[in-house]
Amino acid sequence: MDGLNPEMSTRNIDEAPRSTAEASGGDLVVTGVSKRYGGVPALTDVSLTITPGTVHALVGENGAGKSTLGKIISGVISPDEGSLSLGGVSLSFRSPREAMAHGIVTIAQELAIVPGLTVAENVYLGVEVSTAGFVRRRESRRRFRELAKKVGFDLSPDWRASTLSIADQQKVEIMRALSRNASIVVMDEPTAALSGNETKALHEIIRSLAREGKSVILISHFLSEVLALADVITTLRDGHLIRTVDAKDATEDSLIEGMLGHSLTTAFPEKVVAEEEKHVVLEVEHLEAPGVNDCSFVLHEGEILGIAGLVGAGRSELARAIFRDSKVTGGAVRLKGEDLGGHSPSRSIRRGLVFIPESRKEMGLLIGRSVKENISLSRLDLVSRMGWIAGIRERRKVAELMKTVNVRAASMRMPVSMLSGGNQQKLLFARSVMCSPSVLIADEPTRGVDVGSKRAIYDLLTEMAASGMGVVVISSDLEEVLGLAHRVLVMRHGRIITELSGERINEQAVLAAAFAEPTIEGTVSS
Amino acid sequence: MNVRVETEETLDVESSNAARFRLGAFRLLGSWRLAGIGIPFIILFIVLSVWSGPFLSTTNLINILDQQAATLAIAAAGTLVLVAGGLDLSVGAIYGLTTVVSGNLAEHHSPWIAIGVTLLVGLGVGLVNGAIVAFLKINPLIATLAMSFVIGGVALKVSGGNLIVLSQNSGFYKFANAEFWSIPSAVWIVFVFVVILALLLSRTTFGRYVVASGGNAEAARLAGVRVNQIRIITYALSGLAAGLGGVIDTSRLLSAQANSGGSGLTFLVLAGIVVGGTSIAGGEGSVPRTAIGVLFIALIYNGMYLLNFNVLYQQIVLGVILLAAVGLDVWARKRRG
Repeated sequence: MDGLNPEMSTRNIDEAPRSTAEASGGDLVVTGVSKRYGGVPALTDVSLTITPGTVHALVGENGAGKSTLGKIISGVISPDEGSLSLGGVSLSFRSPREAMAHGIVTIAQELAIVPGLTVAENVYLGVEVSTAGFVRRRESRRRFRELAKKVGFDLSPDWRASTLSIADQQKVEIMRALSRNASIVVMDEPTAALSGNETKALHEIIRSLAREGKSVILISHFLSEVLALADVITTLRDGHLIRTVDAKDATEDSLIEGMLGHSLTTAFPEKVVAEEEKHVVLEVEHLEAPGVNDCSFVLHEGEILGIAGLVGAGRSELARAIFRDSKVTGGAVRLKGEDLGGHSPSRSIRRGLVFIPESRKEMGLLIGRSVKENISLSRLDLVSRMGWIAGIRERRKVAELMKTVNVRAASMRMPVSMLSGGNQQKLLFARSVMCSPSVLIADEPTRGVDVGSKRAIYDLLTEMAASGMGVVVISSDLEEVLGLAHRVLVMRHGRIITELSGERINEQAVLAAAFAEPTIEGTVSS
Repeated sequence: MNVRVETEETLDVESSNAARFRLGAFRLLGSWRLAGIGIPFIILFIVLSVWSGPFLSTTNLINILDQQAATLAIAAAGTLVLVAGGLDLSVGAIYGLTTVVSGNLAEHHSPWIAIGVTLLVGLGVGLVNGAIVAFLKINPLIATLAMSFVIGGVALKVSGGNLIVLSQNSGFYKFANAEFWSIPSAVWIVFVFVVILALLLSRTTFGRYVVASGGNAEAARLAGVRVNQIRIITYALSGLAAGLGGVIDTSRLLSAQANSGGSGLTFLVLAGIVVGGTSIAGGEGSVPRTAIGVLFIALIYNGMYLLNFNVLYQQIVLGVILLAAVGLDVWARKRRG
């Protein structure tokens, strides 16, 4: 570990802290930090200062180095060059535990919750309140309640962590951070999996952390969130620090410009207005499935149908029910007028219905396998004969598809783990295109994807619709739904609450429906 | 954690030479794994040739292959089970069952009936294994362990606990002992079987589905792979292979006993697969490497026998090699992310 390169640490003496150095406090100074992965630079000579009591946001495209920087600060990885110091004391962490001892705590993108333990046990994991090895449960419960009251979380210490929603699990992580007297909290995409009011609650927590004199390092894709919360914003691009500015001097446009190196003119492709009297490709009638209550809608050729709603509203469940991936208990799905019976995804795909799931790593990709194998997986029959794969035909087909959807990879034999999030997502589109479906359902097609690839995916969706496909886009990004869809369905509690089209598609209307009157809830519950 | 960072933060790769280098390294990984077992195998072979006179004789080498025929067949099919994300601990028991079934049948019926029925029994038990794992969703380790007790019991019932001894005159004897170019038919049969399985895994759509099912079952299912069906087929093939091994050895040795395979054989098969570099986590693996792995272990046993080592050391050496192989696999996985 060469974290303490003397040359590097002397270079930025002028930036050295105005030492208020207490155990919890003082500036966190990052000096000339670089990190390479197998020769690929992820961070190059990044220096910044994080002052107590501020929310410091890191923005940038995927692969810009935000998460790497966050992980260096929190001791998950060590830098190749450069150094860290806190309140004038230089630091070199060998593990997150060491960082934690210095009051630096991370709330990672992937939550680190032990599902089998209770909420309180998770919060105090590793620092149990104990006497002679025996956990003092009552005492830890009491401390937990105190903490929960302080941050305003409504969590019981005795709930099993596995029964919690993702938002609640995140709360557990935050409480864990706070229970360790963290002075610096690193949050990597904390709101990516949260619904509207959960996000709001988290924002409030972030603000209160800053008010208490703690620093929050916020890594986020949501620029509006960054602008609303941060005091200071650092933009990274390709591992380089582009600039650090006061949030009040930044706008969404200026941030995007910094991230891309140029300004993005239009975020969404023009909507090709669907011609009147197009054929119906997909009919869903009174569909009943786990998490889905009596859902009906139709989808036309060449149409993009958006499905909006809060997380947990049943959007993904509806998609999976249509795709016959979950047990359908009632109703019917008709694809081009034919009943889509059966109960297996493979059958649905053969019939012309494809589904791009929400989490590409867990549900979409064979992460260790090659680009080629991942693309051709659904329709190997097209490039094989009697079960024997024709190598040349497969390579030709895959190359063609990679070109169509613009997957940028050095080689089709490269493992998909080496691709950026945007390219991985495009790869799933390539797989779908190969199925030449009549209906595509894309669940959160741009989650965790950088700005540039987002636009490319929007273009793809639009093109696919223009070619006569029916496209369903499920998204928690309201802008995305509004920008893409010809028609929008809003879901709540497993039901389709509203259908909006034309002029009526606007933020207000969608939100109003998504948060509809609780009176409906009584009739919905089943 | 480190590993994950690597994958997420890697930039689009086309521009970077360093990345291209890394890609080259990745491509090599397949051959690297082959080298990981191939080179030790060759070294061991040379060392034994120099050290022990009788080792390099044709008789000894053919003898090794003949003795390993059953293990090779079972390990080749077991590779498919493992790659598909399963595990079959019942192969030893199936082997035992099929030896006594074929022994019994060969006493009273034509050899072809004995062979055919036995293979069907193996296949059938494999199908049951697969169905239990796929439909009842019982963990494969537990399911096949439990099945191995059931099968072992059935085998005892069939043989009445007796050793079955066959006469050399029967046509059944010729099944494994007929010679072509002075190599016994057992070796030829297994060679063909292993080659077929190797091609099945590496060149066919079925093989791709096997890999996909083991690599990420959920993703495979959503991409239209019938994961359950694929896994059942791998278990069926494993049962069939155990049956083939059972028939071959019964014919080769002209004797059959219910407990002749048992957990000893099961673990030897697993050891061969793992030493060959197939990951127990599923999602990748190779039949030819498994074959080398099985033979590697056989060479060690043979060499130690020829050099008059105590049998006791064989087990210790095998254990150490197994740990080294798995350690290497873990290390390689960590490197690639």
